[in-house]
Amino acid sequence: MRRVSLLDVHDLTVSLGGRALIENVGFSVARGERFGLIGESGSGKTMTALAIAGLLPAGAAASGQVLFDGTPMPRAEAALARFRGKRIGMVFQEPMTALNPLMRAGAQIAEAIALNRAEIHDHRSVIALLREVGLEPRHARRYPHQLSGGQRQRVMIAMALASEPDLLIADEPTSALDLVAQRTILELIAGICDRRGTALLFISHDLRAVAALCTRVMVIRGGRVIEEGLTPHVFGQPRHPYTQRLVAAARPDPRPPGARPTGETLLEVRRLTRRFSQPGPLLLPGAAFVAVSEVSFSLAAGESVGLVGPSGCGKTTLARMVVGLDRASAGDMVFDGTTHRGSDLPQALRRDLSLVFQDPFGSFDPRLTVGDSIAQPLRLLPALSEAERHRRLVDSVEVVGLSRDVLERLPHEFSGGQRQRLAIARALVTRPRLVVLDEPVSALDLSIRGEVLELLARLRVDFGLAYLLISHDLEIVGHVCDRVLVMDKGEIVEAGPPVELFAAPKHELTRALLDARLPPV
Amino acid sequence: MIAFLARRLAGLALTLLVAAGLIFALLDLLPGDPARFILGVNARPDTVAALRSQMGLDLPALERCGLWITGMLRGDFGQSYTQGAPVAALIAERLWVTVPLTALAMLLSMALGLPLGILAARRRGSPADTALMVLAQAGIAVPNFWFGMLLVLVFAVGLRWLPPGGFTPWQENPAAAFGGLVLPSLALALPQAAILARVMRTALVEVQGQDFIRTARAKGLTEGEAIRRHGLRNAFLPVLTILGLQFAFLIAGTVIVENVFYLPGLGRLIFTAISERDLVLVRGAVIVLVIAVTATMFLVDLLYAAIDPRLRTASR
Amino acid sequence: MSGEPSAGRRFWHPSLVVGLAGAGFFVLLGLVSLVWTPYPIAAIDIAGRFAGPGPAHWLGTDIFGRDLLSLVMAGTMTSFLVAAAATAIGMAAGVPLGLAAASWGGPVEWLVLRLSDFLFAFPALIVAVLLSTLFGPGAANAMIAVGLFNIPVFARVARGGALGLRNRDFVAAARLAGLGHGAIAIRHLLPNIASLLIVQATIQLSLGILAEAGLSYVGLGTQPPATSLGLMLKDAQSLFLLHPWLAVVPGLAIVLIVVCLNLAGDGLSDHLDPRLRRLGAPRVAA
Repeated sequence: MRRVSLLDVHDLTVSLGGRALIENVGFSVARGERFGLIGESGSGKTMTALAIAGLLPAGAAASGQVLFDGTPMPRAEAALARFRGKRIGMVFQEPMTALNPLMRAGAQIAEAIALNRAEIHDHRSVIALLREVGLEPRHARRYPHQLSGGQRQRVMIAMALASEPDLLIADEPTSALDLVAQRTILELIAGICDRRGTALLFISHDLRAVAALCTRVMVIRGGRVIEEGLTPHVFGQPRHPYTQRLVAAARPDPRPPGARPTGETLLEVRRLTRRFSQPGPLLLPGAAFVAVSEVSFSLAAGESVGLVGPSGCGKTTLARMVVGLDRASAGDMVFDGTTHRGSDLPQALRRDLSLVFQDPFGSFDPRLTVGDSIAQPLRLLPALSEAERHRRLVDSVEVVGLSRDVLERLPHEFSGGQRQRLAIARALVTRPRLVVLDEPVSALDLSIRGEVLELLARLRVDFGLAYLLISHDLEIVGHVCDRVLVMDKGEIVEAGPPVELFAAPKHELTRALLDARLPPV
Repeated sequence: MIAFLARRLAGLALTLLVAAGLIFALLDLLPGDPARFILGVNARPDTVAALRSQMGLDLPALERCGLWITGMLRGDFGQSYTQGAPVAALIAERLWVTVPLTALAMLLSMALGLPLGILAARRRGSPADTALMVLAQAGIAVPNFWFGMLLVLVFAVGLRWLPPGGFTPWQENPAAAFGGLVLPSLALALPQAAILARVMRTALVEVQGQDFIRTARAKGLTEGEAIRRHGLRNAFLPVLTILGLQFAFLIAGTVIVENVFYLPGLGRLIFTAISERDLVLVRGAVIVLVIAVTATMFLVDLLYAAIDPRLRTASR
Repeated sequence: MSGEPSAGRRFWHPSLVVGLAGAGFFVLLGLVSLVWTPYPIAAIDIAGRFAGPGPAHWLGTDIFGRDLLSLVMAGTMTSFLVAAAATAIGMAAGVPLGLAAASWGGPVEWLVLRLSDFLFAFPALIVAVLLSTLFGPGAANAMIAVGLFNIPVFARVARGGALGLRNRDFVAAARLAGLGHGAIAIRHLLPNIASLLIVQATIQLSLGILAEAGLSYVGLGTQPPATSLGLMLKDAQSLFLLHPWLAVVPGLAIVLIVVCLNLAGDGLSDHLDPRLRRLGAPRVAA
């Protein structure tokens, strides 16, 4: 007996403005099955999900067939809307913008219930759903901005489940969350699908997440299907070179030969503290928020130190003080023999420090040429001659693997990976001794991350650089860093070489972070 | 919430205080002696001095300013030289025209502008939308007082449905009084309605593209339902900001429009006072206008906070 | 994570073309009036007054027999002058204040915000009343009155735009390179909010024309022997029931100029940067 699939997609093509966003995409999902859709940015994965749910943006034209339980989806808008609400639940990527900021969480969930359940319901149904997603009754009265990212995502899941759907479509549900929250949300989704027998269409760029959750996967790129099959087959023996690249990028590399730290202390951080004053009741200042609390550590020349912790733990605030962008409230730092508190770092020493930012798209002034932006730190070296400056510029871009004619171009002409290389070039142009890297690859596509990390490792050896690497991804930290510092709520709670730390974590946060890692592909 | 209210009230009080001080200081600069003005050019010096003393004109400026402000808090805005009556009474009398006119104009502009803006947004790109926006583009370019003249030409002179100007006091004949306000409020309301329609349309189009509308549709709502239940309230926030500013300008616009229709409102009072250099009257009228404008913006701020919980409570 | 849209479109928006052409035409008319008008605006011809449009006077004559076309030309010049001066005042004072507030934050921002709030309490009419009482009415009063109110408008727009940029990493990168707040404001923030400011300037220009008209209409603005479109309406006020043409001509001129300026502003907004809407270009009336 042939089972009728729950969802059948045939020859789906979607175009917008004359351009085809997805072409001839076809797959099927059986009842209760967990199907993964893997794609990087621009691959068309989100469009596929929207096309299935009938939520394509205005102006998009779709052709092909989408069958639900053997029958085509309704055409009329009202009927389609009700069908979608009842049979399909959807969870999107950005929980902050996906919830109505003016409505309480409970009210938004209640609306989902009221639309789709015929039987009488009251606020107890809302409570039941909240409990199922791991929230408490008091969260119903909160507004979205009063909830954390993980909590908002749980609210989204509760809304999606309200109608007891047959299919749950989750589009990058955890990409905007930190490591621990990611793991918990993924487990929640898996648990719910098991318990309720709901089918899952899980869309993500993270191979490890898809591998952990889905029995069958499909790889999509440029709007076309690249490969499809059972998870262990596709990841174990990928046939297409693109899939092979993705799988290789998701697998931890053997540790590249690193530089040996020279032993002389380059940076010593002593009981560094940063407090932010907050407005309190009436007009008086309230209790201060302590972002960084009595942090002490040291970093040797040529050493690579990693800084990990959940979002909001203070890592970025600490990094900004180290680089001289912010002023410490208490404590100090000794860099190359000079004591300072952050923004009072003497001009002469600023050339020895630099920072690579997380977001390659925001770190360049869109109105300046790339050459002008990269040359900017050379202000700190006024003694350089014009010829010498030009040589440094050319050297910097060439050393990161780009040709010298990129200097005349504007930032928007480059891809994310290229811009991050340019950001690294800018960071190196003054020949610093310490480079702080704030999540240098997390905003990049998976297939590009490997190249950039390789580049960073090579540069470190070639130029004898010391790194302070901030990341939430333990895999990266484990392979690039000599030592790891774990940070929580402004304090360093544990420190040590990665091998030791991962093998025998002492602090509960370290253990939570390690547990939150997904098994390798 | 209390903290928010307290801060806003403090800001309001501060602004008004500084405004009062500034207005007083500016007008105090004027040469000329009010006492002599009242008694006439041939008055004897000691009579003038006595009157000055009586009027408190020989006190230091700061003290006079303080007296003026505390007087206002009691409701005493001083005495007009030229009209020989308390300023407060003169102004209050005129407010009976200006306030209903402003209120009527505001209501009309909202009743007309907001629904049309919503319609245009929902039918974005259609001929109806284009037509409405072309109309709105013309509407915002029309000076309200000129529009008043046109209305008079059409409705008063041409059709004779409404009076061309003048005003019957409310006590005498409420219906006629109201009739006298119809054309002026239309003149004020239509350009405002055009502005509101444009802003409402932009705000709603902006909201239509937001993620939470997509979520609402995923829950099972059609696009129209999603916009009605979720979008409108969010779109109203930027409109509210504009609304507040527009109301403040409406107050100024009323003063000008009154001229077209010969209405005995605040406008006529002020312009007469200026030409006759009646400082006390000018001072009083100006501060009343300033209070009206700042109070309106304050109320809009409060309304904004009432609608948007992000302003009332701290973020996580 | 797609890239940003490329800066500016490659074609010209129709609104922009029509708007600029129309506005340009009127500016030209005004400039020409500085050196030549069909008839001198002071030329009185009582016998030929209230004439309709005809070959001798293309737009007719007013109560004193003055040629309406000449009056419109000269009046347009005055209106533009006042509006342009007011916009210049607003930008010159408002933009630095807004940038300073966004760059330095803290007490500087508090001060700028308080000043803005304060200035917002004084719409042009109120300031014009005060100035007229002090100095007597005149076009300069109108310039200052409208200009003062433009200051918080531009401050708010500049601050809003700069705040949106201040947290971008390229600003932090400039700080790392040793630039101070002032240098960053001038070299990085200002060029990136320039489009926003230009669009706002066209809006304030059109609002300035309307404001000048209103002030002159009630006698607080331009005074004879000069002329402005608002003053022409004031002159027409007592007669328009009998001679509506005298009110229609200047009013229509105002409407046309403002429509052209607004079209130009809309077109500019679309042409320069589709991202402007996110930074927020508010439409504030004077």
